[in-house]
Amino acid sequence: MKVLYFASVRERVGLSEEEISPPAGVATVADLMRWLAGRGETHAAVFATPAGMRAAVDRVHAKPGAAIAGAREIAFFPPMTGG
Amino acid sequence: MAKVRVSSEPFDLAAERAALTDGRADVGALAMFVGVCRDEGGALVALELEHYPGMAEAEIARVAGEAEARWPLSGLTVIHRHGRIRTGEDIVLVVAASAHRDAAFEAVRYLMDWLKVAAPFWKKEIRADGGAGGWVAAKSEDDAATAKWRG
Repeated sequence: MKVLYFASVRERVGLSEEEISPPAGVATVADLMRWLAGRGETHAAVFATPAGMRAAVDRVHAKPGAAIAGAREIAFFPPMTGG
Repeated sequence: MAKVRVSSEPFDLAAERAALTDGRADVGALAMFVGVCRDEGGALVALELEHYPGMAEAEIARVAGEAEARWPLSGLTVIHRHGRIRTGEDIVLVVAASAHRDAAFEAVRYLMDWLKVAAPFWKKEIRADGGAGGWVAAKSEDDAATAKWRG
């Protein structure tokens, strides 16, 4: 699956997107954040204490408990400031 | 079906208004909101608006659909810009047309209140002094503003 990062999350991770293949036990958005935190120091700094982090699964807002099975695109970003 | 556009290009207020009223006589009220890039007391020269392509359009369309289900609108247009927007330039436009003013006023307010918290856009400050601009922080009032539309 593809993971996208936006705004301050993109800057902190240092990537706008990456292709990942998490193991089967990674079932929810919260699981994925924990798994991403284990990918290295930079990811850990962003995902180990993800206060205020927002997520979308296949371009729909998703809560931490949302399932990610079968998702093609998961995005992480800070609270939105449009309008 | 609302007209939704996400684009880096400026929009034309007169043209968007005309698109909702030309050739029809059932529109009695047209409410319009324009969000403009302000300079925060001279500190900023521009905002850089980042967005999530695809999801930005989808979220605006979803909120617009809710408004169309809630109020009797004859037309609804939402345009949101992205990219570098200089101070004084327009950022966002919502125009709602209806037979009567209440529906038009309320639909515009509803769109802006929800768009602020649900549409994936992020503003970064471009400072006049050339210093590193920060990301604009989300306001808790924006979350509170959506509360009045619930229930």
